[in-house]
Amino acid sequence: MSTQAPALAAHAVPARTIYASKKILVLGATSGIAEATCRVWAAEGASLFLVARNAEKLAAVAADLKVRGAHYVDTAVADLDDTAKHPELLAHAINSLTGIDIAYLAHGVLGDQAAAEADFATAEQILHTNFIAPVSLLTWLANHMVQRKSGVLAVLSSVAGDRGRKSNYVYGSSKAGLSAFLGGLRNRVDREGVTVLTIKPGPVKTAMTSAMKGSEKFADVNAVAKTIAAAVGARKDTLYVPFQWQPIMFFIRNIPESVFKKLNL
Amino acid sequence: MSQTPTSPEVETSGPAPFESWGRYPTYSGNVVPLNWQGDFTRAATGLANGALPVGMGRSYGDVCLLKGGNLLLTTGMDRLLDFDPATGLLTAESGITLAQILDFAVPRGFFLPVTPGTKYVTLGGAIANDIHGKNHHVAGTFGSHVTQFGLMRSDGSYKLCSPTENPDWYSATIGGLGLTGLIPWATLRLRPIVSREIDYEGIQFHGIDEFLDLTEKSKHIEYTVSWVDCVSTGRNFARGVFMQGDHSAVPGELKPSPEPKLVFPFDAPGFALNKYTVSAFNTLFFHKQIKPRVTALQDYEPFFYPLDKVLHWNRLYGKSGLLQFQYAIPWESAREGTIAILGAVAKSGLASFLAVLKAFGDVPSPGMMSFPQPGITLALDFPIKPGLSFPLFERLADMTLDFGGRLYPAKDAAMTAAQFQAFYPQWESFARYRDPMLTSSFWERVTGDPATL
Repeated sequence: MSTQAPALAAHAVPARTIYASKKILVLGATSGIAEATCRVWAAEGASLFLVARNAEKLAAVAADLKVRGAHYVDTAVADLDDTAKHPELLAHAINSLTGIDIAYLAHGVLGDQAAAEADFATAEQILHTNFIAPVSLLTWLANHMVQRKSGVLAVLSSVAGDRGRKSNYVYGSSKAGLSAFLGGLRNRVDREGVTVLTIKPGPVKTAMTSAMKGSEKFADVNAVAKTIAAAVGARKDTLYVPFQWQPIMFFIRNIPESVFKKLNL
Repeated sequence: MSQTPTSPEVETSGPAPFESWGRYPTYSGNVVPLNWQGDFTRAATGLANGALPVGMGRSYGDVCLLKGGNLLLTTGMDRLLDFDPATGLLTAESGITLAQILDFAVPRGFFLPVTPGTKYVTLGGAIANDIHGKNHHVAGTFGSHVTQFGLMRSDGSYKLCSPTENPDWYSATIGGLGLTGLIPWATLRLRPIVSREIDYEGIQFHGIDEFLDLTEKSKHIEYTVSWVDCVSTGRNFARGVFMQGDHSAVPGELKPSPEPKLVFPFDAPGFALNKYTVSAFNTLFFHKQIKPRVTALQDYEPFFYPLDKVLHWNRLYGKSGLLQFQYAIPWESAREGTIAILGAVAKSGLASFLAVLKAFGDVPSPGMMSFPQPGITLALDFPIKPGLSFPLFERLADMTLDFGGRLYPAKDAAMTAAQFQAFYPQWESFARYRDPMLTSSFWERVTGDPATL
């Protein structure tokens, strides 16, 4: 590709003891939060298999993670909406990594709420990307991990799934479905040695929102990423990030419906 | 819940405040984030009113502003693309900050070849302003250490630029104020270090002649810079502290820097900085160093980036902002010019909080429009006082011109078109390399028809 720097050679990272390189599959690797989390893992010398839709973006992310110290980086370009291709893709990824310790599901779309209100096809698309496709991936991955009695499924849901609000209830309901699915899946597979982590981020400041009004109050994407990586390492069940969102959402979930329905949220 | 939770996929652009570091002037522009190298070409099609690539907004005036236009925010392009520890060559996307480069490089035993007084600038901004640091007298400008970069034009064309490949575009783009195209990535030659520590020495001086004497004696020292008191007159005129340092040769732990914790929380009231408080500050700073000569082993953070410890320190100047003034006067008139300008500043009573004095060396700058030239450079801050700051600024700019010097666009918000065109007579040849879609409020200001001024 003409716009990339020439001569991308792999170079040794500085002297560092690699105990056991974590084998991590990342789905939606070019999203802001996923990329930031991968940087934390790369610095720890992880092995990464990255999946995203856009080849150009994926190549840039992969180059960056290699330079930052990832032990091994492989990629696949795929549209994760295409659930029929999931088994082949996942088997290929695990083959490339020679196993899997962590699967990180980070793909998703916010969607256009107004368009989704007017048109079912738009709503269906949001639900498909954010709920149906992850269910397909999680079903396959959970069964694979249960067979081996180990693994972590870390999945980006959202605080928006905790209660439907008029401003984004289609997105919110896709995440609510995902959170409920993860709760049930955890209930089934935790006893089989497989950890399911439901990650619920609040608004996150990524590069694209950094110059925007009010974004100073958004969470820093790198801080969010560090928290997520730590929660994966600690095999937590649910993570609100930043942590303030746990009490905030507790409060919002408990507003009586008679009051809630009149609010502009 | 006031904010909508964002998905990582959400693309946002729109009118947003984007301030330069001096907070003067302030214009709102339409901020368009470029998060990937390919985003520029997509963004370039269909943008009206011109555009300007911008990074951290650490330049002081209006080189990073475009009134009513589109600001192409590059900070999302912060990926490392290649690093060779054998040569120290690091290739990265242009929106990466020097702070991010240091976080990567220092634990691996490398440091920036040239660094300004803040690490919160982007690689692209460092090239576009061809910045300099305390080692200019031995290392030259930042651009001297950029071995190659890409250049994307709004017509979709792409060029690889280096001293040997498209050398004219290489030279126009270094110091080219972001106007020649978008720099998607660049290769920088880092320098090896074995320790975070700097062997520091601070020496009091009284007057320009003592400063020049110290400059001559410290030629072999990598980093030299002086703080100078530009408030005091008479016996204390041009007193200061000459600060010098070398990277320690004693191997030490190369741990990464901690995250900054302090944020200047509010806009100070306009009267906070006046001649009394600044004079007190200057006296304190001078005597903080009680002995005429102090040596210490100092971490590189306080040595290079004393003000980065407090994020948004520019709020100290209040809402009206601050004016920077930085000249480079060639050796022929450097002594005379510096005495005259410091005298004019002291006499004006318009307090200058920070005044930094340094001798530039004779390493040629690679950029067609680069600011540094052999001689003396002096940088001053003024809080903006209506009716006073601008007339003084214009007088100082004219004095600079009389002494054969020039001002630094990255720090400027006030030079006239006539002054700019006299400082940089090559501006018309440079203009031929400008991308027709790219412009800045600075460029529009200083290339305006002099007849209308």
